[in-house]
Amino acid sequence: MKGKKKTIALIIYFGLLFLPIYWMINMSLRTNADILASFALFPIDLTFANYIKIFTDASWYSGYINSMIYVSINTLISLATALPAAYAFSRYQFMGDKHLFFWLLTNRMAPAAVFALPFFQLYSALHLIDTHIAVALAHCLFNIPLAVWILEGFMSGIPREIDETAFIDGYSFPRFFITIFIPLIRAGVGVTAFFCFMFSWVELLLARTLTVTDAKPIVATMTRTISATGLDYGLLAAAGVLTIVPGALVIWFVRNYMAKGFALGRV
Amino acid sequence: MDKWENNKAWFLVMPVCAFVAFSAIIPLMTVVNYSVQDIIGPGAHVFVGTDWFNKVLHDYRLHDALWRQFLFSGLVLLIEMPLGILIALAMPKRGWGVPFSLVTLALPLLIPWNTIGTIWFIFTRPDIGLFGSAINSLGVAFDHTRRPLDAWATLVLMEAWHWTPLVALLAYAGLRAIPEVYYQAAKIDGASPWATFYYIQLPKMRGVLTIALLLRFMDSFLIYAEPFVLTGGGPGNATTFLSIYVVKLALGQFDLGPAAAISLIYFLIVLLLSFIFYQVLQRVGKGEKA
Repeated sequence: MKGKKKTIALIIYFGLLFLPIYWMINMSLRTNADILASFALFPIDLTFANYIKIFTDASWYSGYINSMIYVSINTLISLATALPAAYAFSRYQFMGDKHLFFWLLTNRMAPAAVFALPFFQLYSALHLIDTHIAVALAHCLFNIPLAVWILEGFMSGIPREIDETAFIDGYSFPRFFITIFIPLIRAGVGVTAFFCFMFSWVELLLARTLTVTDAKPIVATMTRTISATGLDYGLLAAAGVLTIVPGALVIWFVRNYMAKGFALGRV
Repeated sequence: MDKWENNKAWFLVMPVCAFVAFSAIIPLMTVVNYSVQDIIGPGAHVFVGTDWFNKVLHDYRLHDALWRQFLFSGLVLLIEMPLGILIALAMPKRGWGVPFSLVTLALPLLIPWNTIGTIWFIFTRPDIGLFGSAINSLGVAFDHTRRPLDAWATLVLMEAWHWTPLVALLAYAGLRAIPEVYYQAAKIDGASPWATFYYIQLPKMRGVLTIALLLRFMDSFLIYAEPFVLTGGGPGNATTFLSIYVVKLALGQFDLGPAAAISLIYFLIVLLLSFIFYQVLQRVGKGEKA
């Protein structure tokens, strides 16, 4: 009886979670004139015009490609640098390790607004403005510390006897790390990649500041439409729906890793 | 469990330090530079010492933005933490419900922040939004573009909708890490569900709840994109939080000096509060363990 009540409450909550998203999908399938003319709980004159416009207009769809590129670069950089660092933090004691760890975490707390202007100037000086690599590097500011933090948790869960045995067996460090250790924590790598992808994908302020046209991400393209007069709600909603799709795909692919990672009790 | 002592581990940490130093120290020093100088033109600047700090510390707009920020973070944490724990407790422990719940909860987290703003902008509009028109049809006037209180309600609701799943996910991870033996022991002792929660589940979730609280505090304190899209800081200045105020100053009016000074104060507040939270939670946890 009690379990049933819980389940019902949970289902209601999930319903509320979906409601705003549903409303946007609803809007995205109607034309702007239709939206403004009448109130409807579901689209009556179903139209894909908004989506077609996005997929045929380069200024729209290139935004998605740009976002995908810098998010991927950022996830790769974050993982590649955080893996050895997290190993060091979980296995070794070295000079200033605790201070370094806290310093890394403080960067996760830095307001992006604080860094927007200095970043702009730094990357201007390096002629990197409006490139994918600029945004990817800027997002390292908060993604690398987070990746180190999460990975360190997973690595500390692996007994050190495994490392010792491997070294006695004559494995070199790189070979041990890549062929034995990383496969052992692949759930952790999955969870970390998920978080890096997520935080890079959703960030707006830095991505918008560092790009003009060539690397302009979709999130910035959308704000442009908002500030324009005569807001096109249908188009805006369609663009919004499409920004959810990559995230939903990523969740779908890492769902097993997530369940495993959560079963380990480490996030 | 003592760790191996080896200073060569620094080589493993080097790449991370290089990347983070590049994207943290250089920009931060630029901010420090601005905060003590008056930029007159390209290449022309005067050292002004602590003038900007004096000025902004007496700026009532900064005070207002700061109080708004504290109020917002406080409200959001009060809603999200208990609700997230409740959801985690209600979630299924095995079967197909587990991946389903996890995927559903993770969905709002992967929506870009300004899309979140857009979703709620559309959802709560009094004319075309489901929420806005539903409230209005109940006879309550609701318009988040004109009434400050409604704008606040919308933002808090949006933030709770957006981030409670993160708390729930973390709390769920913490719950799953509790060995079954504990529950069996509680059952044998005839512990009530409340006692089980208070003496077993809550202390065991301490670690993840610390992470959740810190992350939620930091991110709600740094919020920018959602109010920027949803209310633009308005109506008036009712929802101008710190980030919005700083960006308005720095990129909008190009008042670099004051903006930099505020930025540093802002950063220090976040650092200090996070540090205090962390220490207090560690201490509370140790007391419970004993």
